[in-house]
Amino acid sequence: MDLTLRVWRQPGPTVPGRFVDYPAQDISADASFLEMLDVVNERLSARGEEPIAFSHDCREGICGSCAMMIDGVAHGPVRGAATCQVHMRVFADGSTITVEPWRSAAFPVIKDLVTERSALDRIIQAGGFITAPTGGARDANEILVAKDAAEAAMDAAACIGCGACVAACPNGSASLFTAAKIAHLGALPQGQPERSRRVLRMVAQMDEERFGHCTLFGECQEACPKLISIDVIARMNRDFLRACTSPPASAW
Amino acid sequence: MLTLQSRVPPGPLEDKWERHKFDMRLVNPANKRKYTVIVVGTGLAGASAAATLSELGYRVVCITYHDSPRRAHSIAAQGGINAAKNYQNDGDSIFRLFYDTIKGGDFRAREANVYRLAQVSVNIIDQCVAQGVPFAREYGGLLANRSFGGAQVSRTFYARGQTGQQLLLGAYQALERQIGRGAVEIHPHTEMLDLVVIDGRARGIVTRHLLTGQVQSHVGDAVVLATGGYGNVFFLSTNARNSNATAIWRAYKRGAAFANPCFTQIHPTCIPVSGDYQSKLTLMSESLRNDGRVWVPRQGGDARPPNEIPDAERDYYLERKYPSFGNLAPRDIASRAAKQVCDEGRGVGPTGLGVYLDFRDAIERLGTRVIAERYGNLFEMYQRITDEDPYRVPMRIYPAVHYTMGGLWVDYNLMSTIPGLHVIGEANFSDHGANRLGASALMQGLADGYFILPYTMGDYLASARPPAVDATAPEFRCAEAEVADRTRRLLAIRGTRTIDSFHRELGAIMWDKCGMARTDGGLREALAAVTALRAEFWRDVMVPGAGEGLNQALEKAGRVADFLELAALICRDALTRTESCGCHFREESQTADGEALRDDERFSYVSAWEYAGPDAPAHLNAEPLDFETVHPSQRSYK
Ligand SMILES: Cc1cc2nc3c(=O)[nH]c(=O)nc-3n(C[C@H](O)[C@H](O)[C@H](O)COP(=O)(O)OP(=O)(O)OC[C@H]3O[C@@H](n4cnc5c(N)ncnc54)[C@H](O)[C@@H]3O)c2cc1C
Ligand code: FES
Repeated sequence: MDLTLRVWRQPGPTVPGRFVDYPAQDISADASFLEMLDVVNERLSARGEEPIAFSHDCREGICGSCAMMIDGVAHGPVRGAATCQVHMRVFADGSTITVEPWRSAAFPVIKDLVTERSALDRIIQAGGFITAPTGGARDANEILVAKDAAEAAMDAAACIGCGACVAACPNGSASLFTAAKIAHLGALPQGQPERSRRVLRMVAQMDEERFGHCTLFGECQEACPKLISIDVIARMNRDFLRACTSPPASAW
Repeated sequence: MLTLQSRVPPGPLEDKWERHKFDMRLVNPANKRKYTVIVVGTGLAGASAAATLSELGYRVVCITYHDSPRRAHSIAAQGGINAAKNYQNDGDSIFRLFYDTIKGGDFRAREANVYRLAQVSVNIIDQCVAQGVPFAREYGGLLANRSFGGAQVSRTFYARGQTGQQLLLGAYQALERQIGRGAVEIHPHTEMLDLVVIDGRARGIVTRHLLTGQVQSHVGDAVVLATGGYGNVFFLSTNARNSNATAIWRAYKRGAAFANPCFTQIHPTCIPVSGDYQSKLTLMSESLRNDGRVWVPRQGGDARPPNEIPDAERDYYLERKYPSFGNLAPRDIASRAAKQVCDEGRGVGPTGLGVYLDFRDAIERLGTRVIAERYGNLFEMYQRITDEDPYRVPMRIYPAVHYTMGGLWVDYNLMSTIPGLHVIGEANFSDHGANRLGASALMQGLADGYFILPYTMGDYLASARPPAVDATAPEFRCAEAEVADRTRRLLAIRGTRTIDSFHRELGAIMWDKCGMARTDGGLREALAAVTALRAEFWRDVMVPGAGEGLNQALEKAGRVADFLELAALICRDALTRTESCGCHFREESQTADGEALRDDERFSYVSAWEYAGPDAPAHLNAEPLDFETVHPSQRSYK
């Protein structure tokens, strides 16, 4: 396939960026989007030009590293796939593809397509865990977890922390990310003792990181490579209300 | 010449760890916060160790080149984690898990380590459940299990096809909790480029910040490397693209022995290579072999679509050759068998390097719904990559590099030959011998991090009481200068060949000559080719960009430079081990029916290679393996 790439190039966090066009010729339709970028980068490198910086690692849709807007859509045109799982066969030969980094105030651009997403880690730090120091656990089968609950927990826990939900949201909200963790832990018996504290602290941290508010556009669930449903946001809101109306003494 | 002291405690196998725990020295709680432990890596091993050490009260500095600890390669593990819970009442026990693992490793691992691994396996599951890891459940609410290769019991715990993700998120969340409390200092985007040894002890590391290029020293009382495996020396592997050997290689060059480098695992079920743009190979979890049947056409050159080939004209070669384990034969055996049928010209797919993994019978027996529930996400992944529907057409699979059993040599306390340098997870060599069984790397990483290192670390610190040092020590200054100089040298070459072209060529040499089958002649050729390639690299590589700020090409160049050195050591190790064992198949050493022929008389040892300077060949030390409990037998899965 012969394509044209229109890529956001930005040398550093404080330097303005711009779009640059690159020809991407003779690309196999079976190559993944990132492999196509490898080919383009390989050609740039051979000429001594700086390759396009982008985050990637596992290349199988699980590490959450890869993150780009492809023609204005987070992770591109394939539903339920991360950028690394998009294959070139879904593009028309001869097309021009626009590639940009995540655009969000909470994710500053580091270089080209690479953004800083540590705000998501800080939301987890605030309460996205069950306090269970190593060593004190009882036998695993003493805690019964209904299959449905385990499945619901797993559906939410599938989040890869890529930030596509934020990038896709017109408000730049991290609600899907935050709510997915709250739903995962809240679906399990082990997660109950800290349930109120968790939601209050995680939501507070989300606000502090300057993510926007959720107004239920639903763009996030469309962009999510794991198709996590916005139902989890409803659960988060319910937990939040419940926690606010009867705050446990230990919450703050 | 090194003295390799395994420090295996005395006493009966079953009591060693309990007794050792009691014999080890403790650090008093008030003193713990005076000690700083540097943990490099936040995969299963590193994150679990960092969180646990911090919970115990040590000051922990945690380093990763990833932007977040959650992105470590462990996240990609699919199939599951073993534990000797015997929840299925099918005859499992600690001893059986121990035995399966030792046998699976073709009797090239230390008995005491493996037994301890089997012992603590049960605690891992308890710990993970307490953290909220959403393992698969039965309707009654109990934990579910599946089977993995090399075992006849069902002892593998799993969370759909994302077990590594869920286990890592559990450890990551525990770690983030400690970071949030200010108890762990985390340095993301930070790559360790050297180890600093003062007065014979590991006292810190030198790093480069990947976003600013800043070279910095970190001082500690002990260093833990949890930096993963080196499978990417082969260029194409199932590992994450950025996984590399730099941390352990630099430690090796500072005096840590490297054990069994040639024990590299080739996994039988990966999606075949499709073109030269290919950047990595995708694993199709071994769990698929629970229900999928592996076959090739009886006749070479049979070009009919698979569904039109009648059963009588198919060769279910694993079931035929290994009737008692069938499709669940261990990885090394299944991989070699696939290579064999392809070498006979019976391989399938456009390249002829592929075999079928067929779910037709399982779908007939269980229905599409059950199969989708078990493997849905894997099927989807397969379809996405190949554009073929595995519910209707058999999958095509082929072996690919997957895991490295070799790594830095460690004693029973997980300490390397440099006092104070501990190595955990895939980065060490400890438990898997010459071949790792499925679902046991996650077990080992978490055993090391949650349950073993936190004890042995205390013993080290209490006994060594490392004196105070700071980053102005000449050893730190010197290492910083070397790191900065190497970066400058890489950037100054400005040659004509891209970094990837070197890496790809290195991978091709290693795959052809040091892959699934190895010969004396081939290994000698590989050694010569790798040495020449390395010289060319330093003469002619093109590393664009500058040293300040994010430069992914520079990162890659440093890693490939280390792979080029490590590859030579792998070949030398493979050359000296003239027996076949586990994944290491020397064509010269096989039985009449083509199975690996071990030579216990001459090779029942761990090779521990010692760096001897840039121009001298590494020195081989041997740690003999004593089997007190099991009797090494010729492995049979027939
Ligand atoms: C596709 C796939 C599927 C697998 N499935 C299974 C399975 O089902 N069951 C099973 O038991 N095993 C499985 N394995 C194997 C298992 O996943 C790995 O062996 C294991 O996760 C390794 O964990 P680790 O903690 O040792 O290292 P890793 O997870 O590789 O982590 C390494 C860490 O070290 C850091 N690091 C490395 N070098 C440096 C440096 N120089 N400076 C700073 N930081 C550094 C990285 O940033 C990272 O945080 C699978 C492997 C693959 C590839
Ligand atoms: S590279 Fe890991 S999710 Fe895409």
